[in-house]
Amino acid sequence: MAFISSGYDPKQPMKDRITDIGPRKYDDFYPPVIAANKGKWLYHEVLKPGVLVHVAESGDKVFTVRAGGARLMTTIHIREICEIADKHCDGHLRFTTRNNIEFMVDEEAKVQPLVDDLESRKFAGGSFKFPVGGTGTSITNIVHTQGWIHCHTPATDASGPVKAVMDDMFEHFQQHSMPAKLRISLACCLNMCGAVHCSDIAILGYHRKPPMLDHEYLDKMCEIPLAIAACPTAAIKPAKVDFEGAKVNSVAVKNERCMFCGNCYTMCPAMPLADKEGDGIVIMAGGKVSNRISAPKFSKVVVAFLPNEAPRWGSTCKAIRQIVEAYAADARKYERLGEWAERIGWERFFEKCELDFTHHLIDDFRDPAYFTWRQTSQFKF
Amino acid sequence: MAKHPTPMLDQLESGPWPSFVSDLKQLAEKRAQNKEGVEFQIPSDVAEDLLGILELSYKHGRTHWKHGGIVGVFGYGGGVIGRYCDQPEEFSGVAHFHTMRINQPGGKFYTTEYLKNLCDLWDFRGSGITNMHGSTGDIIFLGTTTPQLEEIFYELTHKYNQDLGGSGSNLRTPADCIGQARCEYACYDTQGMCYDLTQEYQDELHRPAFPYKFKFKFDGCPNCCVASIARADFSFIGTWRDDIKIDQKAVQAYIGGEIAPNGNDHSGRDWGKFDIQKEVIDLCPTECMWMDGKELKIEDKECNRCMHCINVMPRALRIGDDRGVSILAGAKAPILDGAQMGTLIVPFIKAEPPYTEIKETVIEPIWDWWMEEGKNRERLGELMKRQGLQKLLEVTGLQPDPRMVQEPRSNPYIFWKEDEVDGGWDRDINEYRKDHRR
Repeated sequence: MAFISSGYDPKQPMKDRITDIGPRKYDDFYPPVIAANKGKWLYHEVLKPGVLVHVAESGDKVFTVRAGGARLMTTIHIREICEIADKHCDGHLRFTTRNNIEFMVDEEAKVQPLVDDLESRKFAGGSFKFPVGGTGTSITNIVHTQGWIHCHTPATDASGPVKAVMDDMFEHFQQHSMPAKLRISLACCLNMCGAVHCSDIAILGYHRKPPMLDHEYLDKMCEIPLAIAACPTAAIKPAKVDFEGAKVNSVAVKNERCMFCGNCYTMCPAMPLADKEGDGIVIMAGGKVSNRISAPKFSKVVVAFLPNEAPRWGSTCKAIRQIVEAYAADARKYERLGEWAERIGWERFFEKCELDFTHHLIDDFRDPAYFTWRQTSQFKF
Repeated sequence: MAKHPTPMLDQLESGPWPSFVSDLKQLAEKRAQNKEGVEFQIPSDVAEDLLGILELSYKHGRTHWKHGGIVGVFGYGGGVIGRYCDQPEEFSGVAHFHTMRINQPGGKFYTTEYLKNLCDLWDFRGSGITNMHGSTGDIIFLGTTTPQLEEIFYELTHKYNQDLGGSGSNLRTPADCIGQARCEYACYDTQGMCYDLTQEYQDELHRPAFPYKFKFKFDGCPNCCVASIARADFSFIGTWRDDIKIDQKAVQAYIGGEIAPNGNDHSGRDWGKFDIQKEVIDLCPTECMWMDGKELKIEDKECNRCMHCINVMPRALRIGDDRGVSILAGAKAPILDGAQMGTLIVPFIKAEPPYTEIKETVIEPIWDWWMEEGKNRERLGELMKRQGLQKLLEVTGLQPDPRMVQEPRSNPYIFWKEDEVDGGWDRDINEYRKDHRR
C-alpha cells in the first residue's frame, strides 16, 4: 500500500489549515418536510410498533419508520442504509439517541414498501439487518459503550451482551407490551461512558480484584502521586519495594479498602485490574431520566455479580428476563419500573423478580448510605 | 477462509437482533477481495484482526487494548483517542487502532451524500468500522494509524466542512434531542442552541483547559430524551411558564375512545377503555386537574410541568407559549464519589439566539469558578458538592430560590458570614467579663 497524501504537508502543518469549524449545520441535512414544518408540529401517533406519524399545523405529515441496529457498524452497513434512504426517502435519514435508524417519508403510501424492504434484509448469519420497532412501550435498543472491542478498562464486553439481551428481548422490541417505556443500558465499567445509572435496567461491568502491581515498570510508566491521588478510598500509598535485589519506587495497595473502581489504572497503566474470574456484571434497576409523574431516579443494584459468560451471557439474560416479566405482569399502565418497585416496596420487588437479596445490596459507601436503610416501622411481610 | 477462527463470536450471528459479528465479517471479506481496487492506507485485514482479538478477549475474559497513547492532530488536544493492542504480532492489522470522534450534526439528521463521503474516506484511510454513534453523540471512527490522523483531519475539514469532536479535559461534543425538528413537545430550538454554543466554544472543545470533562446537553422538554439531567454538567431542559393549551373537543375525543391515549404507545395490550380520571387526573403529581362537567380544568399555577397529561393526550393538550429553559448543573456518572443528578440553578431563562444572557451570566462565570477552584479530575458537580450551592450562587450572582432545593436544610449549621451578623465578629473579652465573671 502506497501512502497517498490528502494534500496535508507535515513540514508546514499550518499551511491552509482549517480548524475550529465545528460540526455541519443541522439544517444542511433536514428532509424538506422537516425543514418546512420545524417548530410547527401539532401531534404525533404511533401507527404500529416502529412506525410514527407526526402531523404539522400546515397539514403536512411525516411518517417515520424506526429500525434497530448495532451501534458498532461498518461502512458496508452504512452504505446499505444510504441505499435504502435513496430508494425510499429522497436521500435523508437520521439516527436516534438510542442508536436506532429512522427513515422518514412524506406520504403514508410509502410506508409499507419501506417496512417490507427493511424487514426483508438479513445478514449472512441470519439476523435482521433492520428490524422495525422500538417505539412506545416496547423495549427499545440498548445504549452501550465499547467493551472489549476497543476499550482499555472494561470489565465486560458491550456489543456481545447487548446482542444476547436484545435477541432475548426481541419480541418486546417489536411490540408495545410494557406498562411504560423500558430502557436498558450497558456500561462496560463504572466510568460509565454510557451513563447507565438512570436506566430502568442497567447492565454494568465491574471488577472485583484489586490492581496488580507491575513494580518493575510502575515508576517508569506512571506519575506515582497521580496514581495515589486517583484513589477515592485512599487505599494506595507510596512504597519502596525490593525488586530483583534493588529498591524501586512503587506503590502499595491496601486491598481491603479497594472499591475496584479502576481509577488508579486510568492514571497508571502499571496497575491493571482485569481478571477472568474477578470481572463480571452488576444489574441495576429502577432508574429513569424523565420528569414524568415522578422525579428522575438512579438505578439501584439488584444483582451484585454475574459472571462474564461469553459469548451469550446466559445468567445476565435470565436475570433481566425475570425483572422484565415480573414488571410487565404486575405494574400499572404508565408506571415505570422504578415507580412500580417503590409502590410495591423493594422487599416485594425481590420476591416478584425471584432475585436473592444479599448483603452486597445494602449501601455502605459513605454518608448517603445511612439514608438508604429503612428508618420506619412500615414494611411488608 | 477467515484469518482467525472465531467459534465464540460465531455464536453471536444467530438470533434476530442485528449481528455486529456478521457485519464485521462482511467487511473483512470485502476488504480481502477489494474488488474496487481501493489503495487502503491502513492494513486491509483490520476487520479480521479485530474479530480475532475480540475472540481472544472472549476466551480470556479480559480486554486486549492497551492504555491510551498521546496522539492527535496539530493544535488540538482532543478528538483523537490513541489505542494499541497488546498482541501486535498476532493481530498486526489492529496494532495501532486509534479512535477519531467526528462532531455529529444536530438531531443526527444526515443526507446519504454526506454519509457516503464519510464512508469513502473511512474505507480509504481507516478501518471502515464505526459507531453510529458514541455515547456522547459523536460519529466514532474506530481504528486508524497515526500517519493517517492528519490526513483524515485535512480531508474532513477541506472536503467535507467537518470538524472533530471533544475528548479529554475539555468541552465534550454537545448533544441535543430531535426537538422542534419533529417533536411537538419541544419548548425551544435544541438544535439551534446546541449548534450556537458548539460554535461559540470551539476553543474550549478542542483545547483542554478544564480540570476534567464538561458536557452540555439539550433536552427540548422535561421528558429528557437525551438524558441531560443524568449526565450533563449543564443540562438545558425546555419548559414554559404560562398555561397548557387545552382543546376541549379533543379531550372528549380521548374520553370517547376516538383517539388512542399516549400516541397509541400502549397498543400491544388490552388496558381497557381510557379513563381520564384514573389515567390522567389521578396521576397528576400536583393534583392540579379536574373535570368540571365536560370540561377539563387545570390550575396552571400549581402545575410542575411533568408532561404526563400532555404525553397521554398530545392532541388535546399543548405546551404553553411563554417558553424557555430550566438550567441544571452538576450531573455525572458514579465515578468517583457516586452518581449525581443535575441541580436546578436557573428555574427559567429565555433561550433565544444569540443566547447572550445564558453565556455571560451562567456558563462563563461558572467555568471561571471551576477552572480556578476545581481539582484535577473534579467534575463541576463534585466542586458544587465540595464548596456548596451557595458558592455557585455567589460566583454567578444568581438569587437563592426555594425551587433550587427539594427541601430546606434540616440542620441549623449555617456558615454565617461575618458581614451578615450585626457588629461583626471582633469582640472585647474584657468588656464581656465586666458582666460575666470567670
